[in-house]
Amino acid sequence: MDADEKIKISVRNLDFFYGKGHQALFGNTIDIPEHRITAVIGPSGCGKSTHLRVYNRIFELYRGQSAEGEVRIDGENILAPEVDVLELRRKVGMIFQKPTPFPMSVFDNVAYPMRLHFKLSKSEIAERVELALQGASLWDEVKDKLKKSGLALSGGQQQRLCIARAIAAQPDILLMDEPTSAVDPVATLKIEDLVLQLREHFTVVIVTHNMQQASRVSDYTAFFYKGKIVEFDKTEKIFTNPSQKKTEEYITGRFG
Amino acid sequence: MTNNLKSIINPARSDRLFRIAAGGSAILVVALLAALLIQLGVGSAPAWRKFGLGFLIGTGWDPVANVYGALPSIAGTLLTTALALIIAIPPAFVTALWLVDAPPGIGEVLSQALDLLAAIPSVIYGMWGLFILVPLMQNRIQPFLSDTLHLGKIPFFGEYGNGFGFLTASLILALMILPYMSAVMRNVFQMTPSMLRESAFGIGCTRWETAKDIVMRYGIRGLLGGIFIGLGRALGETMAVLFVIGNVTTVPKSLYDSGTTIAATLANNFGEADGIMRAVLFALGLVLLLLALGVQVLAQYYLMMTGAKRGEQ
Amino acid sequence: MTAIAPQKRRGLFRRKLTDRIVAVLSVLALFIAVAGMIWILYTVLAHGASVLSWTFLSQPSKPYGVMNGGIANALLGTVAITLGATLIGIPPALLGGIYLAEFAKGTRTGDVVRFAANVMMGMPSVVVGLFVYAILVVPMHGFSGLAGSVALAILMFPVVLRTTEDMLLMVPDSLRESALALGCSRARTAVRIICRSARSGLVTGIMLAVARVSGETAPLLFTALWSDAWPTHYFSEPTANLPVLVTEYATNSPFEAQHAAGWGAALVVTVMVLLLNISTRIIFKEKHNGR
Repeated sequence: MDADEKIKISVRNLDFFYGKGHQALFGNTIDIPEHRITAVIGPSGCGKSTHLRVYNRIFELYRGQSAEGEVRIDGENILAPEVDVLELRRKVGMIFQKPTPFPMSVFDNVAYPMRLHFKLSKSEIAERVELALQGASLWDEVKDKLKKSGLALSGGQQQRLCIARAIAAQPDILLMDEPTSAVDPVATLKIEDLVLQLREHFTVVIVTHNMQQASRVSDYTAFFYKGKIVEFDKTEKIFTNPSQKKTEEYITGRFG
Repeated sequence: MTNNLKSIINPARSDRLFRIAAGGSAILVVALLAALLIQLGVGSAPAWRKFGLGFLIGTGWDPVANVYGALPSIAGTLLTTALALIIAIPPAFVTALWLVDAPPGIGEVLSQALDLLAAIPSVIYGMWGLFILVPLMQNRIQPFLSDTLHLGKIPFFGEYGNGFGFLTASLILALMILPYMSAVMRNVFQMTPSMLRESAFGIGCTRWETAKDIVMRYGIRGLLGGIFIGLGRALGETMAVLFVIGNVTTVPKSLYDSGTTIAATLANNFGEADGIMRAVLFALGLVLLLLALGVQVLAQYYLMMTGAKRGEQ
Repeated sequence: MTAIAPQKRRGLFRRKLTDRIVAVLSVLALFIAVAGMIWILYTVLAHGASVLSWTFLSQPSKPYGVMNGGIANALLGTVAITLGATLIGIPPALLGGIYLAEFAKGTRTGDVVRFAANVMMGMPSVVVGLFVYAILVVPMHGFSGLAGSVALAILMFPVVLRTTEDMLLMVPDSLRESALALGCSRARTAVRIICRSARSGLVTGIMLAVARVSGETAPLLFTALWSDAWPTHYFSEPTANLPVLVTEYATNSPFEAQHAAGWGAALVVTVMVLLLNISTRIIFKEKHNGR
């Protein structure tokens, strides 16, 4: 970790259970730096998404899933029961594998989190919607289509709409769970460029199946295997000179 | 060789016969629907010839003088149906919502219990309504609403009632259609993609906000289909209404008034009907059929668009 | 984007309160609905149980004013009418369902028939009663148990048609293909193999339809009407039946004894219908869990 980097998310001994007896994460310990892009890689079923979904406690929607340990965001353990989950989810935005625009217009999609969390005037909302769409590199493409349904956009545009929507809530952290897996290659590159820009204002954690994407986009990379974090280091090091054997085997395509 | 040939030919013929019989049976459904329309149309022709379309807004009902008007019945049907929907839709919506996310054990039991409401025959609802609800309305509930809550001051509401009437009928109807609508709505909610719900929660929505702003919009067609199903049931319900509505052929002036619906008028008058009165009853039946047909077609249309089940099982 | 000032934040407390209130109202609504159901069932049980006895079930009903009437004739009448309805309505419904599932999958005809069946299921039973009145009672110059059966059959027909189709469609195509590959005709495959495989589902569908029509009153008012006699002239005379008995005793009679008898009959009807209903659920669940 560089000297000028602060830690945004600090995880200590995180265990995760899908119902009693089925443990999916084992003693995860990691420090996610602020204003950096951290990629999370590993073979299918290794727990990458599960780990990500602890950061905004979205797993709580499902009965029987539970997390134990410490996950500190800005020093506060977000797994503690006193934590306000609604506020946590505003501060930690999430983008999913498939684009999930709400069944409303493009404008309303982006305005929704603003109306949800803040009391703003109509003009303030309009202004911030434009800013969010610009921040998601989508403004030019949709500025004439703001009233059209969000579902009328192309796949790549829909995903960027979801990013704009996530940004509109004014989060600190953006969690991305394989955001380009359902999107065509051209749109994928657009989204990857966007992620690089997002670094300036947000802390990004991106789970990806695609190693090339991880090496293109991220500053740090964490390698997961069977629910454990095998290695976490600067991306360059992971991909050129990993210190763990398992990491090397995965990188070179021995399995995965 | 010839033996084998024989055994090949016969199955082919029985096959064709079977197909024809089966196909005919299937088409029978469509034929029945058509027959219903035609029969009621033909049977009611004398009434239309005598009274014309004014029959629909006529308010008189005097069998002796051969004066008949459909308005009391039609108005009664529309009023009870509308009121039943207003009373039943919010609980149907929120119970469906709660049941979808409920803990597995309790949720299952309560679901089954709610669905059992739908299995109770309407004549039983009628009995309960007549012997239990009507006195209750007269002695406790109606005074409470009119006097204690001062609702009696509202123009159409009603100040004194004998327990029979539109409000009572609507309450029972609401109880009867609740399980149907709740079941369809539950189905619709379950069909919402989990990623969409997670997106909403991920932004920081509460359960209610997710339901109100996102799930409801996503499944609006299915929800409308469910409401139309409830509407259809309320429209045609005869027995439960018959027992408690008071059976007076006048246009409603207040919720506490006794009145009638198309179905109740039909049930009440059939014993002695002949001649022009019979044609009048057929005419009323035709109106009900057309209303129900319209509602059903809309309901099926909406449900088809979402692929939601009818919720009747 | 510049940060939004804290005073512009919407109150979290209020949002959570709304959420909580809705949850409470949901449970309340559920509670009221289930309580209502229990209340109704309890009422029927309480009023009807006191009247039930062997004499009650084996004596025929008596005209107004005569004491000690039972419901035996109505019970028999209901059984006869329902049986008749089953015999009239189920075979074409099964055939039609087989047609939809085995011969008309994906065709326009199939879609039209299915749509019509769904619409037909929502038709008010009064209207069906009226229809049968017009085509049977009037020409025959009289009410009859047969007319009642026809009316109930018409009500059962679209329901069993659809459930048959649904159940048959659940049978995997591989079974169909193996039968056809052996040289079995389409008809034979459908009846002997597919139907056999979906047997319990088909039976469930039929039972559910029977449960639904056993409690139907309105169509019987126009067709079978009511009588104090034994149902010996099913084809030509008004036939006693339970639902209309309940209606008559409850709404047209001033005698307490008959009100009580009405409750007894209501209890019998309710038990019949609920037993059928609950057993179909159990059978269906077992079938699913056994898989």
